[in-house]
Amino acid sequence: MRYLPLSGTDRSAMLARIGVPSIDDLFADIPKRLRVKGLDLPKAAGEMSVERTLGRLAAKNVPASTVPFFVGAGAYKHHVPASVDHLIQRSEFLTSYTPYQPEITQGTLQVLFEFQTQVANLTGMEVANASMYDGSTATAEAVLMAHRVTKRKKAVLAGGLHPHYRAVVETTSAMAGDNVVALAPDPAGTEDILAAIDGETSCVVVQSPSFYGHLIDLAPIAEKAHANGALLVAVFTEVMSLGLIEPPGAQGADIVVGEGQSIGNPLTFGGPYVGLFATRQKFVRQMPGRLCGETVDAEGRRGFVLTLSTREQHIRRDKATSNICTNSGLCALAFTIHMTLLGEKGLGRLARINHANAVELAEMLVEAPGVTLLNDSFFNEFTLRLPKDAAEVVEALAARGILAGVPVSRLEPGRPDLANLLVVASTEVNTVEDRTAFAAALQEVLA
Amino acid sequence: MTMNTQGRPTAPGEAAVTATDTFTGNRALQIEEALLFEIGRYDVTGVDLDEPETFTPRLGKLARKTPIDLPGLSEPEAVRHYVRLSQKNYSIDSGLYPLGSCTMKHNPRLNEKMARLPGFADVHPLQPLSTVVGAVDLMAELGRWLLEMTGMTSVALSPKAGAHGELCGMMAIKAAIEAKGEPRNIVLVPESAHGTNPATAALIGFKVVTVPARADGTVDPEAVKALLSPQVAAIMLTNPNTCGLFERDVVEIAAAVHEAGAYFYCDGANFNAIVGKAKVGELGVDAMHINLHKTFSTPHGGGGPGAGPVVFSERLAAFAPLPFVRVTAEGPVLVENEIELEGGETPFGRMVAFHGQMGMFVRALSYMLSHGGDGLRQASEDAVLNANYVRVGLRDLMSQPSGDRTCMHEVLFDDHFLDGTGVTTLDFAKAMIDEGYHPMTMYFPLVVHGAMLIEPTESESKASLDLFVATLRDLVLKAKAGDTARFLEAPRFAPRRRLDETRAARQPKLKWEKPEPWSEAAE
Repeated sequence: MRYLPLSGTDRSAMLARIGVPSIDDLFADIPKRLRVKGLDLPKAAGEMSVERTLGRLAAKNVPASTVPFFVGAGAYKHHVPASVDHLIQRSEFLTSYTPYQPEITQGTLQVLFEFQTQVANLTGMEVANASMYDGSTATAEAVLMAHRVTKRKKAVLAGGLHPHYRAVVETTSAMAGDNVVALAPDPAGTEDILAAIDGETSCVVVQSPSFYGHLIDLAPIAEKAHANGALLVAVFTEVMSLGLIEPPGAQGADIVVGEGQSIGNPLTFGGPYVGLFATRQKFVRQMPGRLCGETVDAEGRRGFVLTLSTREQHIRRDKATSNICTNSGLCALAFTIHMTLLGEKGLGRLARINHANAVELAEMLVEAPGVTLLNDSFFNEFTLRLPKDAAEVVEALAARGILAGVPVSRLEPGRPDLANLLVVASTEVNTVEDRTAFAAALQEVLA
Repeated sequence: MTMNTQGRPTAPGEAAVTATDTFTGNRALQIEEALLFEIGRYDVTGVDLDEPETFTPRLGKLARKTPIDLPGLSEPEAVRHYVRLSQKNYSIDSGLYPLGSCTMKHNPRLNEKMARLPGFADVHPLQPLSTVVGAVDLMAELGRWLLEMTGMTSVALSPKAGAHGELCGMMAIKAAIEAKGEPRNIVLVPESAHGTNPATAALIGFKVVTVPARADGTVDPEAVKALLSPQVAAIMLTNPNTCGLFERDVVEIAAAVHEAGAYFYCDGANFNAIVGKAKVGELGVDAMHINLHKTFSTPHGGGGPGAGPVVFSERLAAFAPLPFVRVTAEGPVLVENEIELEGGETPFGRMVAFHGQMGMFVRALSYMLSHGGDGLRQASEDAVLNANYVRVGLRDLMSQPSGDRTCMHEVLFDDHFLDGTGVTTLDFAKAMIDEGYHPMTMYFPLVVHGAMLIEPTESESKASLDLFVATLRDLVLKAKAGDTARFLEAPRFAPRRRLDETRAARQPKLKWEKPEPWSEAAE
């Protein structure tokens, strides 16, 4: 077996040195009757054989790059520069553990410090952590943190929150015995969030751009929340939008969480992604997750360490702010490298391209019979009301080689009022040919 | 696995010396590297893009007015910056990485190649299911392997890491208890447990009660029985445990727990020791997470991402969360919503957006296919053989908390052998750095004084272990001979000397701030 260095001779010599006749003597603590004779699994396979097996499975999927592709709703197809994937495969990044020995992990630690700074600046917040699993779990953690800060237990979820994010918060809250008031899905972007905030509210959780693409003015929500002693948790699933729209930190958000996949990370069928988590300095000791901080070494040189770990599970155990340990280190690295390559000059331009493409696409698609656009404002994603069931339209377009978006019913099934809604995303990867093909095919399918 | 919580404070002491007088501060291949924010410029980008043609924005009144404050680098600068940073890291590719409980085994590059196939890396979680048949097939196949190796009934693939898997398992237990309408709110956790266990139980409102360990670090069934009551929901037990020992009374403990109407959660962090040797389903386990980034070789990436699928016994199988893969005669089906449930399926909810860590699923299955059933068993045997070989090589010079006995995949020492030397576990670990090794896990498990937990994994050759053992023996002899400076000043040859963790915590500096005074003219 190519991954196992010990030879038969080595094994015999080592057993002799240990002083046992056979390997089974080292497993003597496992009761004899429970020892497994063998596993009903295939035999070992060489590289070529594994490549064939997995290649066959991969070939049964349709990669985004091979078709006009407009699927978003929480994960986005973007172009990742070649150097990003090269750099994250450097052995020293890829095969290193969590930086518990800072003297020999300054590489990872400095990257985390850069990552934290980039995330804080991008969101307009004072401090960011070293990553969470993804946007949905970061949102659930933000709600728990808000409960700790406010000592209240009621979260209000806006109707524009991604349905999976809502489900993750609801599951966590139900298990923890906390209350959740989830407002009805808000495809029109017109709900009255302010009315749902009261003196018992711990936090109001608002996604912008919303699941349906609307840009939400957070300032009045922050104002009402603060007047009631509650926090505003701002959520985004498309981090690239922050290149073009006012950051949540400038609109009064207390905690900002979101999905960072769009910068540096491939779609990979939903994971691994990278959760971003930022807040105000005054709440830092209630934050979940790892934090990297600057310090000096014994020679007075600048260096970085994991810090404020008295919040964390390995020190505080059942009193910790979260149980998170492993996070999304390598995805955070990819984010940081891609963001470094972009800089604010590149990020702004990339965001404008996304927005321009989406604006043009929206204008083309509403030409199809019976199609209406539900958004006054949007970034690179919007919602269409179709004259028929959106899932059927998506299947018909898929049969024509176009992956047209996400029918809302995929995430909100069994609701006739949402059945005809289609969430469509357009990014820099879409060409004018892609958009034209989509618009023409939609005309056909709806004709 | 854990950080320094008990050792000597790592503030610069009298040992501080200035060892370099180069103009740059560089030491040959050790290059000092500034922060991105100190070398980047606001008008530089390493990505060529054309400005879009004129269009009418649809941003309402929310167009960005606040500057972003993110400098950029050209591609050559960015590549050099991150390559230089990478060179300040230790890695499994560069040397033995004996972090106990963390399982730093070789990460095959075939796994990376497979995960990057466009059919896996470039598919969206919400594109039509008819266009991702192979992805769902792969999830089903991974589930089949995990269930065969564990002898369990159902699997939840979606948890994102080990601690998230623990949460999944404990949520299933809570759901099962609530379904029966029982008022159980206590979870038993042994002293030697990972910190994530009590943190997880507390997160969803359980009260944690600690189970004292026997002298050898294992759990005494009598101690468990004494704590069992109608209020106990579950026990969370790591097996093999964090002292590197198989809990030999596990079956008796499981029986007592079940007898009391409670559930048995197993922390599967150390599953890599028993693959193909014992099936946890037959030990009485009701739920166990499996760290794909430990047992199945997906890279740790400097702290993640991982993946923590959870396997369930028949008693909990129905509570596995959404989404899950239902195996049918027509092939596997991805079940995403409650509305799609069939009889007997009662998921407790949803833990993540989308379907889990697909990129890790591909890597883990690539590893499993490469080994095959027999190879996986051989890997466990070699891991245990290597740990015992290290134990035997060091047992006469270092001290074992429970006497010299066979261990599983990791061997635990305490700091008794350093008594009177003036050298702590932390100092000893830092001296290992100067010898070119990443230290073992220190000060964990908490039940052992000055713990040093060594897990060599099956990836090390005999020659590698021989040199490692010889190095540690030499260090022990030097400590005993009074050569304390070597330890107190360590590390001397790493990119950094000991770092001031106290200062970092007292004056937290968590992001880069522009130096004052700052003006555009100074740029």
